Amino acid sequence: MPDPSDYLIEALEIDVIIAGRTILNKVDARVDRGQIVTLIGPNGAGKTTLIKVMLGLVRAHNGRVRRRAGLRIGYMPQRLVIDPSMPLDVNGFLSLGLGRHQVNKGRRARVLAEVGAERVADNPIQNISGGELQRVLLARALLRDPDVLVLDEPVQGVDVWGQTELYALIRRLRDERGCGVLMVSHDLHMVMAATDQVVCLNHHVCCAGHPQTVSRDPEFVALFGSEIASELAVYHHDHDHTHG
Amino acid sequence: MNWRFITTTMIILMDDFLIRAALAGLLVAAISGPLGAFVVWRRMAYFGATLSHSALLGIALGLLLGISPIIGMVAVGVAIALMLALGSGAAGAKHLSEDTLLGIFAHGALALGLVVIALINPLRFDLMAYLFGDILAVSRDDLILLAGGGILLGGLLMVLWRPLLTLTVDAELAQVEGINVVRVRLVLMLMLAVLVALAMKVVGVLLVTSLLIIPAATARPLSRSPHQMAILAAVCGGASVIGGLAGSYVFDTPSGPSIVVAAMVLFAFSRMINRR
Repeated sequence: MPDPSDYLIEALEIDVIIAGRTILNKVDARVDRGQIVTLIGPNGAGKTTLIKVMLGLVRAHNGRVRRRAGLRIGYMPQRLVIDPSMPLDVNGFLSLGLGRHQVNKGRRARVLAEVGAERVADNPIQNISGGELQRVLLARALLRDPDVLVLDEPVQGVDVWGQTELYALIRRLRDERGCGVLMVSHDLHMVMAATDQVVCLNHHVCCAGHPQTVSRDPEFVALFGSEIASELAVYHHDHDHTHG
Repeated sequence: MNWRFITTTMIILMDDFLIRAALAGLLVAAISGPLGAFVVWRRMAYFGATLSHSALLGIALGLLLGISPIIGMVAVGVAIALMLALGSGAAGAKHLSEDTLLGIFAHGALALGLVVIALINPLRFDLMAYLFGDILAVSRDDLILLAGGGILLGGLLMVLWRPLLTLTVDAELAQVEGINVVRVRLVLMLMLAVLVALAMKVVGVLLVTSLLIIPAATARPLSRSPHQMAILAAVCGGASVIGGLAGSYVFDTPSGPSIVVAAMVLFAFSRMINRR
């Protein structure tokens, strides 16, 4: 059982209604220190809305969000559009996320290298590719030295090689820094292999728990189809077997 | 360089009212440059136009209540900024886009202003001065007011530079990173309302937005950072003021429109440089 004092962000019984449509219905979610929590679910299931509620960007109609006092959040939004009329390079973009006195070139270069985006440091932010922008956004989140990373589809637009690498990086960041990670992902294989806690969302929480448990849950099977579910379950069966 | 040009320059330098006009124009340009950069980045050009059109209503109210027209303009500008900042997303905005609402405010306020002015005192009122500016009539008191307003706005810009920039890049990211987005956005709108009131004397109600947008657009292709663009916009605005006043003196053209024409010429040059 998780230690109740270890929470970083916790959402309790969240209801969100937008323009008469129920987006979230009594949703609970929680991220603990050193834990990777992944939100999965179909398009329009309310994953981004739940993240925004937990960040304080969207107000819930009912329920509450608890954040540990003094929590530093590194947020990576799903997309970012900067007007081309602003002359801003990647370095300038990164230093905006920091306080006036924390702009340290060496550290900025190190973090850019860590996420594999050192090549674009001097490029205008509007000219880099979608995958490169994802990496730069992750770098900006990391530069804040966060207690919790909130990532909305972090590998969107990143090539296949880069995806594995980025997920490995996220896991390593968790191991090294002990920060919590809350992310939205569509890559079920990655979710099953590298997540501590899965929340399967479709306006309400269909099922939540360890990936292995979730993949056998009837609601999960109903949502993703028996083919995907059994494929994932087999994947885990093998994994169990080597341990047994 | 011929003698006529040199003597003209000398006369310009010696004429007291021209020096006051140049100082007033430079003060406004110094603020409208950086503020204009935000207007361009945030696509607030129509918001600026709405503020300036509504300034005429402020002048009319000022006359009606017997208070200074500048106070009237700031009051109406602030009221409109508040309505738009706090009211967007509320009842009326649900079915109408923001530019439709802005258009209604802009032209409604302009028309209402003209109607009120006609009702008060149609004979003694120099409408053209308010519509197109009257920079040559800047008085010593006007200059003091402009200097005070310039220091206030310039100070606010320096203090709020980083939050404003962060907010402009992405509002949600800014909020997560601890910036009070609603407050900073509101302050920017109020600063614009004050600037429009101050700049009215220089180029008039109908041309105020040009001092915000044209210098910033001119500076864009020549800048490599937001900082550079803001400073360069102020420089371009200042050059337009000087060039426009000189042109107005030499060719005997109205000063407000001449300043805007000078700004346009600079803009065209900056585009041409950029193309090479």
